[in-house]
Amino acid sequence: MTLNGWLQIAVFMALILLLAKPMGSYLTLVFERRKTYLDPVLGPCERLLYRLTRVRPDEEMRWSEYAVAMLVFSAATMLLTYVVERLQAHLPFNPQHLANVEPALALNTAISFTTNTNWQAYVPETTMSYLTEMLGLATHNFWSAAVGLALAVAFVRGIARREKTTLGNFWVDLTRGILWVLLPISFVFALALVSQGVIQNFKPYDTVKLVEPQTVTGADGKTTTVTTQTIAQGPVASQEAIKMLGTNGGGFFNTNSAHPFENPTPLSNFLQLLSIFLIPAGLAITLGQMVGSPRHGWAVLAAMVVLWFAGTLTTYWAESHGNPMMHNVDTRALLTQAGGNMEGKEVRFGIANSALFATVTTDASCGAVNSMHDSFTPLGGMVPMTNILLGEIVFGGVGAGLYGMLVFVVMAVFIAGLMVGRTPEYLGKKIEAYDVQMAMLYLLIFPLLILGFSAVTVLMPNLGLASLANHGPHGLSEILYAYTSATGNNGSAFAGSNWNTHWYNYSLALAMFFGRFLMIVPMLAIAGNLAGKKIVPASAGTFPVTTPLFTVLLTAVILIVGALTFFPVLSLGPVLEHLLLRAGHLF
Amino acid sequence: MRNHLTTAILYTLITGLVLGLGYPLAITAIAHLVMPGKASGQLITENGQIVGSALIGQPFTGPGYFHSRPSVAGAGYDAGNSSGSNLGPTSKTLIDRVDASVKAESNGDAPVPVDLVTASASGLDPDITPAAALYQVHRVAQQRHLPDATLQTLVQQNITPRQLGLLGEPRINVLALNLALDRLARGR
Repeated sequence: MTLNGWLQIAVFMALILLLAKPMGSYLTLVFERRKTYLDPVLGPCERLLYRLTRVRPDEEMRWSEYAVAMLVFSAATMLLTYVVERLQAHLPFNPQHLANVEPALALNTAISFTTNTNWQAYVPETTMSYLTEMLGLATHNFWSAAVGLALAVAFVRGIARREKTTLGNFWVDLTRGILWVLLPISFVFALALVSQGVIQNFKPYDTVKLVEPQTVTGADGKTTTVTTQTIAQGPVASQEAIKMLGTNGGGFFNTNSAHPFENPTPLSNFLQLLSIFLIPAGLAITLGQMVGSPRHGWAVLAAMVVLWFAGTLTTYWAESHGNPMMHNVDTRALLTQAGGNMEGKEVRFGIANSALFATVTTDASCGAVNSMHDSFTPLGGMVPMTNILLGEIVFGGVGAGLYGMLVFVVMAVFIAGLMVGRTPEYLGKKIEAYDVQMAMLYLLIFPLLILGFSAVTVLMPNLGLASLANHGPHGLSEILYAYTSATGNNGSAFAGSNWNTHWYNYSLALAMFFGRFLMIVPMLAIAGNLAGKKIVPASAGTFPVTTPLFTVLLTAVILIVGALTFFPVLSLGPVLEHLLLRAGHLF
Repeated sequence: MRNHLTTAILYTLITGLVLGLGYPLAITAIAHLVMPGKASGQLITENGQIVGSALIGQPFTGPGYFHSRPSVAGAGYDAGNSSGSNLGPTSKTLIDRVDASVKAESNGDAPVPVDLVTASASGLDPDITPAAALYQVHRVAQQRHLPDATLQTLVQQNITPRQLGLLGEPRINVLALNLALDRLARGR
């Protein structure tokens, strides 16, 4: 670990905390339909869109109707992507003449992008046409992020409203999220990325004459001479911007934000990191403002910062120490090199930026990577996995992070109530049996999917074990990470294995689908129930949700729930691998 | 429900066209007006022939060039097929591969800088660390019949410092360094 590394990490968090308040205040204006500077341009667009799509913007929806609208919309967008993938060979913007995507992979990918997961069981540059990337995939980066935003705002309204039956209008929330938040920021961000060298074109792939031709020995033992290099192109910057801002994470290229055309400079990397946390950090402030208790927003944000720091520290520390099994290799941090574990990392990012990126992308449900998590040290790789297993509530995905966190807030308040023996209250609302049941349902669906699918895969040797790239405990980690990433709608991977098989395509698709939609329903049910409640005046016995004590309790509840659920399986994967590596055991 | 279905279909089609075609086409148009070279991948041309991209690494393995990092993208540095090794820390395949690279790169004196024997995340890493370049100076200088000091200066001149003095790590673009090396050798 170096001073410069820590300085970069500190500057990053300082900027996030500085941007949280303006971003959060702006989001409040947008979703309370108050005046903003962009209204003269966007107001007419908004009204036109409502007219064309037959939306009645002043109609309020109950939680169940809100959920139905969201599900129907998700289904329609999923279908569009599936159709575009299946027909891409016959459609324009396909200069490489890529074939139609086969059904299992097309379904997996359609679900993956609809659920904001962006799990990719394919190599994009050899599978997806430019049209599929733009119209089939990048659109979902807007839509699924806007859906997340809408759901989070609906939940916050549930907390804020008194004796009401409705949570807002899904179509209005969706539209305002796209037009006022995601599209304008992406527009500016995309051009900033181009200025750093992120490409944006519709050229066929370029062929380059190598400066030094190479003699390559193939797997069959035959030698061939390679004289050219093929360079993939495409409309990358426009997709890259919303990929990060919407915490989607689906790369235009196979190696995502490690690819020099997606993330060419340390500054583009820094901007990408900022854009992952920008909206989630703002939403915590929005929460405080909309429920009329700004300090509550900061208390929630504080818990996020604590957990973010713990993860970053652990990963940075672990990756700074090289792999003890590599001999006669210089892994010291010097002025002329970053040192550490450089397998699967890029020189321009070094250790600090790779560790920070891995932590941030899994704190949020982004899933973009600028280094290969599969090649991290055992403990360094355990942090990204643990971040997802905790529910991606550390800042979290756009919207999804906040509503996930609020479910934990309900649990924290409930446990605080049990400790003092009174009916728990949250911002004046009594938390009752129904709310806690729904919160528990939300919290239980998650491990059930992850552990269930992982166990089936491990126990049935014919299903998916042949796909694994690594053996021993690391193989278990690969399977566990895959179902964790899918269920958590993250999309990053221990990417060595061949995930493009029928078993993984279908089972991971189910995990992504249930991991998103099955968890949204109980969450909205809580919101709908909370909205109908009366406000109980605060008394001496009310547990305040604006204090450091609350932050500590919330952090503890998150960690205890996570540890109780997942420690056993983590001890068989990364923990065991760490001990075996120290003992010099290879697989 | 019926209403929502109609709205969902119309909404998907209309916003799909705006976000999926209008937005990327607008960005492309602006990018090509303002920054055409960057939008097209910063291709380097020598004598009318494209010899590479300033951002994409190329393989160099001969003794007379500065070596780039090991790559598992396709057959190596295949920029139509980016990939990391994704081998875990306890993988015997990984440790064997690193051992072989160490044997190939070692100058006999000091341990090899770690980036020179490990595969990058993209398989297209254009850079090596200054440590890895300096480590190779003696071998390249001997092969090219140049003094070590000349190449040390060349390496120092090609270091890209941290961006804004803070971000990232100091690095050397291997393709740029080797093209400069060729020019230097030709100029003598």
